Amino acid sequence: MKRDIILSGVGGQGILSIANVIGLAAIEAGLHIKQAEVHGMSQRGGDVQSNLRISDREIASDLIPKGQCDMILSVEPMESLRYLPMLATEGWLITNNKPFVNIPDYPEMEDVMKEIKSIPNNIAIDADRLAKEMGSARSANMIILGAASPYLGIEIKVLENAIKKLFKSKGENVINLNLKAFGMGKHIAEKKL
Amino acid sequence: MEKLMLLGDEAIAQGAIDAGISGAYAYPGTPSTEIMEYIMNSNDAKDKHIRTGWSANEKTAMEAALGMSYAGKRVLVSMKHVGLNVAADAFINSAITGANGGLVILAADDPSMHSSQNEQDSRFYGRFAMIPILEPSSQQEAYDMMIYAFDISEKFEIPVLIRIATRLAHSRAGVEQHTSREQNEIRLPSEPKQFILLPANARRRYKLLLRNQAIFEDASEKSSFNVYFDGSDKSLGIITCGIAYNYLLENFPDRDIPNPILKIDQYPIPRNLVEKIYNSCDELLILEDGYPLVEELLKGFLATGKKIKGRLDGTLPRDGELTPNIVGKALGKEFEETRPIPDIVKGRPPQLCKGCPHIYTYEALNDSLLEYTRGRVFSDIGCYTLGALEPFEAINTCVDMGASITMAKGAADAGFTPAVSVIGDSTFTHSGMTGLLDAVNDNSSITVFILDNATTAMTGGQKSSAYGKIEDICMALGVGKDHIHVIDPLPKHHDVNMEIFKKEIAYEGVSVIIPRRECIQTVARRLKMAKKIKEVHATK
Repeated sequence: MKRDIILSGVGGQGILSIANVIGLAAIEAGLHIKQAEVHGMSQRGGDVQSNLRISDREIASDLIPKGQCDMILSVEPMESLRYLPMLATEGWLITNNKPFVNIPDYPEMEDVMKEIKSIPNNIAIDADRLAKEMGSARSANMIILGAASPYLGIEIKVLENAIKKLFKSKGENVINLNLKAFGMGKHIAEKKL
Repeated sequence: MEKLMLLGDEAIAQGAIDAGISGAYAYPGTPSTEIMEYIMNSNDAKDKHIRTGWSANEKTAMEAALGMSYAGKRVLVSMKHVGLNVAADAFINSAITGANGGLVILAADDPSMHSSQNEQDSRFYGRFAMIPILEPSSQQEAYDMMIYAFDISEKFEIPVLIRIATRLAHSRAGVEQHTSREQNEIRLPSEPKQFILLPANARRRYKLLLRNQAIFEDASEKSSFNVYFDGSDKSLGIITCGIAYNYLLENFPDRDIPNPILKIDQYPIPRNLVEKIYNSCDELLILEDGYPLVEELLKGFLATGKKIKGRLDGTLPRDGELTPNIVGKALGKEFEETRPIPDIVKGRPPQLCKGCPHIYTYEALNDSLLEYTRGRVFSDIGCYTLGALEPFEAINTCVDMGASITMAKGAADAGFTPAVSVIGDSTFTHSGMTGLLDAVNDNSSITVFILDNATTAMTGGQKSSAYGKIEDICMALGVGKDHIHVIDPLPKHHDVNMEIFKKEIAYEGVSVIIPRRECIQTVARRLKMAKKIKEVHATK
């Protein structure tokens, strides 16, 4: 079993919270893991990505080979497309479809969605809206993670435990909201199956 | 024992703590910053009373580390690759003085320049100083090597350089912790004069360093970090350095590599092991991240021997970091075409944060220079370097820490006035102060903007050595009191600010303007922390 995942977004959107949940879960599941991150405030507002690799065998490279990525998990729609050369033919593209517009030449959303839909295995969710409706605008990333959960090769329960662990210091209420968001994303993905 | 999930940087830091350091010194710089941050936040380090904290620059950090080594204690000094340029004087000479307590210098290189102005390879510095170099290929090796590095530093009484690259520094993996060593007692060097580099002593010490080269090389030959793997296909032998080994393995999912491999993670280059692979193979491929150091040495100037493939003959790109695919191609693997990046995807460069105080300062600076010809603003290394990009396009240079002031001075001395420099608070105390003294002593016609956001912002908000001291420093260096202005960089003060900007830019002499407003990121963090504390109190 191996999953090579590219997490993408814009600096400051918190892609590392998703990486941390998957990382904690992978450890609990006894898997090997490598996670290359982007650090430094210089990345603020710019495109950021993280190479997250989990496997039941020892992992060699910190970087995912081109064309072998099993999943692009993006919190921003245009950013999900930046890493298409990395994606395997059968790979999944799972993204928030709420654009983060901080450049003057951001493309038309219609064109962005057309490109996303052209990937056979895609899930695009308006996670920002759903999170807001749920009463927890900050849980959008957990909805995206939930949408990826059926394809991660890690038991749902283990992922949920990881969410509990990650948000432990923030109290019961925050944990429950994030678990709910996760469940909502998972439900959307399962409808796709 | 449960493995810790550590960044390469954090594995280095934990390794240093467990190796029994008494202190760590550093100046922040991507990708090395997290080493000091980890030690500063480590309860383990606090319990052991390990000295931590940010130095004014890499040279002061290196010298303090050398002093701690002189006193017999183990010490780590960490910096980014270009930081080693700043520390170079002390670094090179530390090879002549030798170490007393274990002294490890960590340089984090940035091939592909993710966050740097060049991709210089610190292994050249190690060779230049003629000291042992270690280059881990994994986070676990980074941890293990710290213990070993302090061992050989004390055994051979020599500083040891550890070289890592961004991909190891900023990648997380499981690390097993296995050592916890006591710190050294204070103990003076056995040779009382070894740290007095008067020519007579220095010549003696240098001869010792030269004699020790054979001992360092012997250690490389025997090191468990340098490994020879035999293979049946002798048409090609492969030498890897550091993380390049991982990219080689990645191309063989079942790890069934047919060729002989020499994995080099410790230098000086182990001569016998290199001879063994050279003599048993028809050709060699050298895989190393950074400059072609090993390749160049093996190839020789006249390239009269066997074929050596690598970055110099085009088998691999001459610049940029290695990747699994680049290494695969060098091995003759064919890769299928993958999907292209759609044309609609636009570049998204990093930018100043919404609400950043530099935004106003650049807008106002641009306004105040409208009456002059362009190209007058000499800048420096920091978040404010983003002022080079649209929509500001406000600066014309960015070279090295502190160069804004001295380059403006040189241009002014050439008659190109007014000349303006823009430098951050932390960069000013890192390397700007001496340049300002030069300008004062020459009465050069420059206006220095010291953008004071009260932190080292670009690397994530570390404590700035300049905090609360800038006006006093400028005055002490001889800048006239009437030509030092602190302004509030907000649009509502625009008229007052513009008057000051224009007057001082026109002034023929040294003036300093300090736009002062806290970094928006550290403000946000502070408010969040305050809220948290309030919540904790409320629930009590």
